[in-house]
Amino acid sequence: METTEKKQKRKPVNYALVGRFMRGSARFFVIAMIANLIAVVTAYIVPVVTSFTVDYVLLPFAEEGYEAGGSIPKFLSDIAERMGGQSFFINHLWVMGAALILVTAINAFAAFLRRTYIAYAGEGIAKNMRDDLYYHLANVPFDYYKHVSTGDLVQRCTSDVDTVRRFIQNQLLEIVRTVLMVVCAAVIMVRIDAALTFWSVLLMPFLALSSFVYFKAVKKSFTAADEAEGKLSAAIQENLTGVRVVRAFGQQKRELDSFTVKNADFRKKNLRVNDLMAYYWSASDAFGYLQIMISLCVGVLFAIRGRISVGQVLLFVSYTSMLTWPVRQLGRILADLGKATVSLGRIDEIMSAPLETEPGRALTPEIQGRVEFKNVGFMYEDSTEPVLDGVSFTAKKGETIAVLGATGSGKSTLVQLLQRLYTVSSGEILIDGVNINDYERHHLRRSIGIVLQEPFLYSRTIMENIRIVEPEADKERVYEAARIAAIHDVVTGFENGYDTVVGERGVTLSGGQKQRVAIARMLMQKAPIIILDDSMSAVDTETDAAIREALSGRRRAATTFIISHRITTLCRADKILVLEKGRLVQTGTHDELIRRDGLYKRIASIQNMLEDELAKEEGGIA
Amino acid sequence: MEELEMTTSAIQEKEFDQKVDFKLWKRLIAYGLRSKGLVITTMIALLVVAAVDLVYPLMSRYAIDNIIAPGETSRILPFALVYAAAVIVQGVGVMLFIKNSGKLEMNIAYDIRQDAFTKLQQLSFSYYDKTAVGYIMARMVSDVGRLSELIAWSVVDLLWSGAYVLGIVVIMLMMKWQLALLVIAVLPPLAVICVYFQKKILKHYRDVRKQNSKITGALNEGIMGAVTTKTLVREERNTEEFRAETGRMRKSSIRAAVLSAMFTPIVMCLGSVGTALALYVGGMSLTAKWTAIGTITLGTLATFISYSTGIFDPIQQLAGIFAEMQSAQASAERVITLIDTPCEIKDTDAVIEKYGTSFEPKRENWEEIRGDVTFEDVSFAYKGGEKVLEHFNLDVKAGQTVALVGETGAGKSTIVNLVCRFYEPTEGRILIDGVDYRERSELWLQGRLGYVLQQPHLFSGTVRENIRYGRPDAAEEEVIAAAKLVHAHEFIEALEKGYDTEVGEGGSRLSTGQKQLISFARVILADPRIFVLDEATSSIDTETEQLIQNAITKVLENRTSFIVAHRLSTIRSADRILVIRGGKITESGTHSELLALHGYYYDLYTTQFRSDAVSRIMTEG
Repeated sequence: METTEKKQKRKPVNYALVGRFMRGSARFFVIAMIANLIAVVTAYIVPVVTSFTVDYVLLPFAEEGYEAGGSIPKFLSDIAERMGGQSFFINHLWVMGAALILVTAINAFAAFLRRTYIAYAGEGIAKNMRDDLYYHLANVPFDYYKHVSTGDLVQRCTSDVDTVRRFIQNQLLEIVRTVLMVVCAAVIMVRIDAALTFWSVLLMPFLALSSFVYFKAVKKSFTAADEAEGKLSAAIQENLTGVRVVRAFGQQKRELDSFTVKNADFRKKNLRVNDLMAYYWSASDAFGYLQIMISLCVGVLFAIRGRISVGQVLLFVSYTSMLTWPVRQLGRILADLGKATVSLGRIDEIMSAPLETEPGRALTPEIQGRVEFKNVGFMYEDSTEPVLDGVSFTAKKGETIAVLGATGSGKSTLVQLLQRLYTVSSGEILIDGVNINDYERHHLRRSIGIVLQEPFLYSRTIMENIRIVEPEADKERVYEAARIAAIHDVVTGFENGYDTVVGERGVTLSGGQKQRVAIARMLMQKAPIIILDDSMSAVDTETDAAIREALSGRRRAATTFIISHRITTLCRADKILVLEKGRLVQTGTHDELIRRDGLYKRIASIQNMLEDELAKEEGGIA
Repeated sequence: MEELEMTTSAIQEKEFDQKVDFKLWKRLIAYGLRSKGLVITTMIALLVVAAVDLVYPLMSRYAIDNIIAPGETSRILPFALVYAAAVIVQGVGVMLFIKNSGKLEMNIAYDIRQDAFTKLQQLSFSYYDKTAVGYIMARMVSDVGRLSELIAWSVVDLLWSGAYVLGIVVIMLMMKWQLALLVIAVLPPLAVICVYFQKKILKHYRDVRKQNSKITGALNEGIMGAVTTKTLVREERNTEEFRAETGRMRKSSIRAAVLSAMFTPIVMCLGSVGTALALYVGGMSLTAKWTAIGTITLGTLATFISYSTGIFDPIQQLAGIFAEMQSAQASAERVITLIDTPCEIKDTDAVIEKYGTSFEPKRENWEEIRGDVTFEDVSFAYKGGEKVLEHFNLDVKAGQTVALVGETGAGKSTIVNLVCRFYEPTEGRILIDGVDYRERSELWLQGRLGYVLQQPHLFSGTVRENIRYGRPDAAEEEVIAAAKLVHAHEFIEALEKGYDTEVGEGGSRLSTGQKQLISFARVILADPRIFVLDEATSSIDTETEQLIQNAITKVLENRTSFIVAHRLSTIRSADRILVIRGGKITESGTHSELLALHGYYYDLYTTQFRSDAVSRIMTEG
């Protein structure tokens, strides 16, 4: 599925971003690369040890016919001579065995360091990417989330990050390794015999080329296979979620038939990928061995002619076989580079979204709670219809303001503006006489407690949820808040009480319970201004009344905004605002509004309608 | 995919604590053996490949001892030809085994999925009620994929590695058994180390996966709860907590990486001991310092050296397969369990004999359904749960409408599920047209039920295909007539491609109201005698609401209907209303009768009346 979703235009790599993610990891890279170099060099020395043993030590003892004395690199024979020459080694053959183990051990250790430190680098970068993305997503303006999907964001933060990490950890090292290997091999081989070197790399360009061609060609098949998998998964998912419909219409057979088609298609598409793989790996395998054969035959010929030694033939054969594998993988590295670039581009897209800013003076005085809207208007950037238009009213400290309006009248926007989740387009909002843009936004939000209609609880315990703003708060205070929100008894009734985990990995609370936990959570904030955005809609009328009673009975009553349709809630407010299509059409108390035609009066008259209706029924029976 | 990973992570806990259960694997391998031809050709191809792999070092020995030593230039060309022939044979072998193993893998996956899907079509709802869709998806997609890959390719690896190691051992023993024993002596400790490491590595990577799913969860939460986080000013603290989580992720990933970084080097070092021994002892013999093992040629020594380096790779692989099998044990168990799950509702053999199975019904033997439904002293309890219904009696005449009201979770859906035979009574009988429905086949009843869910479910495909779902052979005019009857025709025509419009996965391209209307048209077309409706609680725009209301009236005509009702108009017009509280029927009667009781129904009705009125006013503005 991945590939189809990532079929996007490649963005140019943002190197500044790469540099930022690399912070703290650069030294690990350096160590890994040095270890890489040592590993490659020692890997080439291992065959040298054996070939040296054969040529320098053993050859003179071999049965008749061997041409003695090859051209061992001069520095090696120099060292050997200083150590006592051939006779020394013959008498101390264990030295060669020990040398072999030693070089292998160094090589092994270097290989270990290489993988370890590249892991440090790769994981460090991955951590930086994840952290930065998370921080960024937590600090983008509220309306950013209106245009994105959660699934997509999560995918970018997980699988795209992982694609980049894997590239760094596996391929990047591989690229350097391949280059180092080719260079090292070339240097050693050319020094021994240039002509044989030519013969030993004769087929390599073809091998590299075919690798590029193959990995390009297989990409399409991979995409097709991924798509087939997506369809298969979708078919299963649909059947499972619609299982009742399937059974109710008795369509099991048809479901099975249509699944069979997709299952077979999945198999077919994957076989196509597999076949391509079979052709490529077998052909490139054969090419590799042919290359070895060429080195061997030409080497043998050269050995017979005395140009090189037997040990050197063995050396060439080893080197050739060491080179073929990375060359066969070149195309894959390139394909992965493409994927990593696309992923990085997708990450870059998130990182380049602008963050919330502080437009004003960022004041942090203690807020008392007097709220004033002065001709406030609001319009979304991409729209021409105002959501709010010319709204003006004043709420004195400690007053309760009820907001009533039909769907889409702008009530929620009104309270969101107060929290500066959006910025007003025209007019101004004052709190204690100061424009809210001049408050530091975190300070402002801390001073305003809000409960939404569908509150979000974190998947933690209820205790942690309630005291989330102040994790060290005393438990007694939590209980107190829970009591006011009429949730304490419910929670203590749970098997694990306040330690009950809620959300995805825990118990599911009902809508009303969630709302009440959220109210308790809000109470812990001790905010001078509170907003209840239809936040008791799922709580029954009596509990609703009890909660409001408890709220107003608190020592320091907060300025309260309540969005609700319940007449019992509305009628108690000091002031009722009636919104219609973004405009404030009526303001007043219950007694004032009940006498004027309008939304409020209509809501208030429902009770009468009900009584009429019931009277009709009773009359029907009688 | 991540999400699937998350739901399964808890279940994977017990992985690794178990031994390889060969019985389980035998079941799975049996799936592979269904393609006998493939298995045999793969094996042959593999043995050929392993044989050629063994021959290469011998070729080098021949070149050193028999061409270079005597200086026989003329032997080079035939040598090259033989070598090339070996290369070609090997190439063909490699191609065949990759092709065949891939085919084997896909066949195994295909067969397992086919079996599992068939099973899923038969399992009763008690299974679906306690099994999350995500869980089944993970079994069907990732577990099956992992297992089929493991079986197909591991068998290949096992065979190749086994043959290769065995071949090397035999050849070395034949060449110079004393020297061979020296090299072989390194193998047992090596094998032990390999298995140990592989197990540890897999375990560590599982920790990484777990940590990864935690991070995914945290991200999900961070994004879903972005507004709340803002209003609570938790940005900094959440980021800090997330950092701690990613820190743990880095730590566990690095631990896993270090461990696997250690593995190959250790194997290499141990291997080099074997090679060094061969070099030393072989060299001593060659230089005649030692005579204990006789003489040795230079070519033989070179061959030994290259075999002793070549033997470690397959040993590593063998260990890998063993560890992999152990870790996939849990997957295997879960898949086999799914396939073996017993169906709780099953037709008796006699019933199948007469009415056929769900996949091959014998429709010619089916009686018509009139629509009388009788509950005769029915009791019901969910498995391991309390009794939800006790000695319940109900007699519904064909064409009547029964409305079920009460709180969520009170047991309304139990009655509906019993009517549909999605569950069967634990005691008592349910009669359709006077006959116990267990005397007829599941499909006989379910194939001719009308069923509309609260969340209408459409299948991806066109609007027409969806309406036709219950009767794929219906004529175009019938489809349109059905759509017109429920007033869905107008909006369908207004869609971009009319009846050919793709509705998207789960009908995602249509609104809930539109989906509702289409699902009503689907029922009308299927023309069932018994109709079950789970009314939506969420209100839709008034216009659509009106259309749906009309549609319901049309569907109810002349059909025995059971409705989990939320709309007052539906409730009011029902022939009988059952109030269900705590799994019991507390009130029963017509609307006026129940109002007169001034009981629970009265409260329910008045509350509902108020909130309906409010939402009407609210949406009208």
